[in-house]
Amino acid sequence: MQGFIQDIKNGLIDENPVFVMLLGMCPTIGITTAVINGIGMGLATTFVLLGANIVISLLRNVIPDEVRIPSFIVIIATFVTIVDLLMAAYAPDLHGALGVFIPLIVVNCLILQRAEAKASKSNLVRSIGDAIGMGLGFTLAITVLSFFRELLGNGSVLGYSLFSSFTPLRVMNESAGGFITLALILGFLNWYKARKKGGSQA
Amino acid sequence: MIKSILVILASAAIVNNFVFKQVLGICPFLGVSNRVETSLGMGAAVTFVMAMASAVTSAIQECILIEFGLEYMQTIMFILVIATLVQLVEMFIKKSSPTLYKGLGVFLPLITTNCAVLGVALLNIRSEYTLFESVFSGIGAALGFTLALVLLAGIRERLDECELPKAFEGLPIALISAGILALAFSGFQGIF
Repeated sequence: MQGFIQDIKNGLIDENPVFVMLLGMCPTIGITTAVINGIGMGLATTFVLLGANIVISLLRNVIPDEVRIPSFIVIIATFVTIVDLLMAAYAPDLHGALGVFIPLIVVNCLILQRAEAKASKSNLVRSIGDAIGMGLGFTLAITVLSFFRELLGNGSVLGYSLFSSFTPLRVMNESAGGFITLALILGFLNWYKARKKGGSQA
Repeated sequence: MIKSILVILASAAIVNNFVFKQVLGICPFLGVSNRVETSLGMGAAVTFVMAMASAVTSAIQECILIEFGLEYMQTIMFILVIATLVQLVEMFIKKSSPTLYKGLGVFLPLITTNCAVLGVALLNIRSEYTLFESVFSGIGAALGFTLALVLLAGIRERLDECELPKAFEGLPIALISAGILALAFSGFQGIF
């Protein structure tokens, strides 16, 4: 149980997939123009990660080592297809907004990396903990990013307008805004870590 | 005919640049853009694979998936075909041209998880391109990817010698350069 909680904390903070390990950059920059997209993408990825980690962990002694990568990809692609069809049926607006990035969850390096590094080596409970931690860590990171981008690019959060008169920064709605916002967040985290480690001089 | 192909090429390479406009293939874009030479090698490998993958996936969509009403199998089918194709290309190059293999070899396995390859296959289908047009859209997209990679690599080589704020060294400054490049590329929007 302790390991389970440790795994979740690990994914959320210590090894956050976006801010620390820099995995899954395409959706991180591609779809984070609105908070709802960030949350939707994060949860879809978490679902795929959870499903893939469970199946791979259960089959880890059956899958031969030589063909493990193709096997992982087929398992991941199956769960991506499930998410794709479910979202098309129950959340068509979100499905339209995320577009080609839903089938592209298959090639999100985060999922394959976790399958390879964790699920293929650990028991079921630890793999589930890892999937939840990493999935929520990813969701948290892209939600933070999309919060800033929607706020600055649209003057709103989750579609609700916050200011009465506001000139939106249109660049935030383009990919340039995504690159620069992510750069500033990473720079801030580096500065904060250096400050915490080295006292006040940083 | 030639005009429409030129439009597809230019649109995929510059106006809808894969890295800056479609935001695909960011991992290799940030990962191998340290030096101009390696980014050219990566670009060549991606061009090769993208053109082949576009042709094969377009044929599969036409002849198998639509024919038998299996469109929902698209994601699984395409990723398997691309993974196999990359493996095949790797074996073929290794056998037929050891020099080329030496140059491209290290990049080939990386391409399977380059989302730009699956991305171009899916976008070809969504734009309803024919097989022939798909190949050119694939080549155009790959040229655009190479262009972006080489541009960023050139900037990063120079940045290596600059004095930067400690917190921004490495990836953050590369991301900011990429952002400014993306801004420049957004000037091409709406040309076609």
